[in-house]
Amino acid sequence: MTLDKLKIGENSVIDTVGGQGALRRRLLDMGLTPGTKVAMRKKAPMGDPVEIKLRGYELTLRLEDAEKITLRGEGK
Amino acid sequence: MNITFALAGNQNCGKTTLFNQLTGSRQHVGNFPGVTVERKEGDILGHEGAHVVDLPGIYSISPYTAEEVVTRDYLLSDEPQGIINIIDVTNIERNLYLTLQMIELRKPMVLALNMMGELLSSGGSVDVEGLSRELGVPVIAIDALSGDGVHDLVDKAIETVQNDIRPQKVDFCSGPVHRALHSVVHIIEDHARQHNVPLRFAASKLVEGDGPMAELLDLHEADMEVINYIVEDMEKTLGIDREAALADMRYTFIENVCQKTVKHPGETKEQRRSWKIDRVLTHKVYGIPIFLGIMLLVFWITFGLVGPVLSGAFEGLIDSTIGLIDMGLTRAAVSPWLHSLIIDGACAGIGSVLSFLPTIVVLFFCLSILEDSGYMARVAFVMDRLLRTIGLSGRSFVPMLIGFGCSVPAIMATRTLPGERDRKMTILLIPFMSCSAKLPIYTVICQAFFPKYKPLVMLGLYVTGILVGVLIGFMLKSSLFRGRPAPFVLELPAYRMPSPKSSFFLMWEKAKDFLVKAFTVIFMASIVIWLLQNLDFGFNMVSDTADSMLVAIGRRIAPVFKPLGFGRWECAAALMAGLGAKEAVVSTLSMLMGGEAAISTLFASNLQAVSFLVFTLLYMPCVAAMAAVKRELGGMGKAAGMMAFQTGVAWIVSFMVYTFGLALGF
Repeated sequence: MTLDKLKIGENSVIDTVGGQGALRRRLLDMGLTPGTKVAMRKKAPMGDPVEIKLRGYELTLRLEDAEKITLRGEGK
Repeated sequence: MNITFALAGNQNCGKTTLFNQLTGSRQHVGNFPGVTVERKEGDILGHEGAHVVDLPGIYSISPYTAEEVVTRDYLLSDEPQGIINIIDVTNIERNLYLTLQMIELRKPMVLALNMMGELLSSGGSVDVEGLSRELGVPVIAIDALSGDGVHDLVDKAIETVQNDIRPQKVDFCSGPVHRALHSVVHIIEDHARQHNVPLRFAASKLVEGDGPMAELLDLHEADMEVINYIVEDMEKTLGIDREAALADMRYTFIENVCQKTVKHPGETKEQRRSWKIDRVLTHKVYGIPIFLGIMLLVFWITFGLVGPVLSGAFEGLIDSTIGLIDMGLTRAAVSPWLHSLIIDGACAGIGSVLSFLPTIVVLFFCLSILEDSGYMARVAFVMDRLLRTIGLSGRSFVPMLIGFGCSVPAIMATRTLPGERDRKMTILLIPFMSCSAKLPIYTVICQAFFPKYKPLVMLGLYVTGILVGVLIGFMLKSSLFRGRPAPFVLELPAYRMPSPKSSFFLMWEKAKDFLVKAFTVIFMASIVIWLLQNLDFGFNMVSDTADSMLVAIGRRIAPVFKPLGFGRWECAAALMAGLGAKEAVVSTLSMLMGGEAAISTLFASNLQAVSFLVFTLLYMPCVAAMAAVKRELGGMGKAAGMMAFQTGVAWIVSFMVYTFGLALGF
């Protein structure tokens, strides 16, 4: 499953981080590394981007970018 | 003593607040050479000879954004002797990620823990000494907002530099990454020394696959091959690629350190409060209306409530000053032309621009509150979807919106945008948002030609501006700005009370910026326009404007506008006068036509009037905006290019309107 599919209120753990160049590096730098716990918090009024919580802070990213992050197992 | 410190840290960690505490009002704002990244510096209060440079807020020393490259180049240069790294302890893991990279630079460095109060009051704590031991750098707890601990921080920082205390350790790694790093260290040792690059930093960057570092070290191809082999081996053992491996290594180390030294409540009171506030402010249904309401409030305060009162008072002051100068000149019996040049040219020009000053100051006060409170990041979150279609992010929304008030502060406000590409593109699009100074032109022309459809035509003009902007955005996205936009991976910081000091400094800085512009570029431009209006080509004073250079040039360039339907020289002259300030289009027209009533005889058809309005809407902005563009884009050439581009777009669109209008039988 990928991060964009995580439902609001669900938690999961990051498995791999895809994408490339500046975007991928930015994701890694912001702490989205394999094994990190993430929680889906909410969606923006127009449905995209989304707000997630990780490492004790809130981060927003676009669905198309969240799609490049795979999760370990299903959300819960 | 003569020490320069680099102040570095993530965004939203209180860096600017600390900078203001350190320097007070003695700040100098400029740009890093060659890029549109702001460079702020100042002397540290109470410490003669200690100097601090505020670096852009970044999350990592990567080679991707202009902000990161500038920071990296600056930190690698010999200019800063020490680093002050400020971090937000409520969000310590991510903040330390940058810290680890800076430690590898092995420059004297002090770590400032900000927002300790917030963490403590929420039941968390940090073992300051333990953290210092684990990281090998001095650590001081501060509160940037109140200034607590800042004095100790500066003392410590100076002591570290004077005694040349460098970070105690650089090894944050284990396993395969450790092996790879150490092998690379051996290979590049000589090169690093030769090029004066910190060895460990260079090795980490090379293992990470950082291109610019390989270039900087001037490595042989054979060396590169060996390094690549080592890194590939590491990747194979770990099962992840190099970038992820190093990010993972740093975060794993940080998690370990934090486990030993930090007690985090999981969520601070402020974070919980933010979540509650966001339930309203970024609500699915109310989020957008609330944002528009807040912007309306900002506009009302700036352009409706405080602005006009202040502007009025300010204008009175300017008028009486000009009156005094006028009297002085009369008494001194200065020759009439010089008198007129000073009063009607320079003073009137600067005066009209200065009357903007209160508006700009009030607007930036509101904006700084929105930014410092953390709401601006929410605006980006709420509006991102809309701007993505033209290749920008939600961050650009507020500057563009301000463009409807005045392009000058709008362009100045782009400075907080992340990524040079987004910044430049936003600047390019702002003037298409019809500014309030064009309103008098629309009003007068509409009154004269379509009194019945006035609101409709006005609305049509605003919409045309937006549509052309969107269209240009599309075109730029796939041509000039084909490069990847800044990644939209944005922190939503906890809402915090804005610091009055920061708002005040921002206001002061923007006011200063504007004043410098008013007395340089705008001063020159006013004089040029006055000369054009009052002299003929033999440089004799003219008694009738109709004999002036402005009109002569107007006559000369009028044919350019013939295909657009308004080939009269009066129009051309008025458009030129409008470069000083857009309101001047109307005043010049009525002067040349002999009264405002006569404007109704200016155009033979309504279509010509529409074409003229469209051109006024889109053509190059006034000198004040040009000066702002020059400042933000960092060069007269680029600003001139943008002006030519805009005028070209205006010509093409007006031409299309007129031609299609004619074809449709209007």
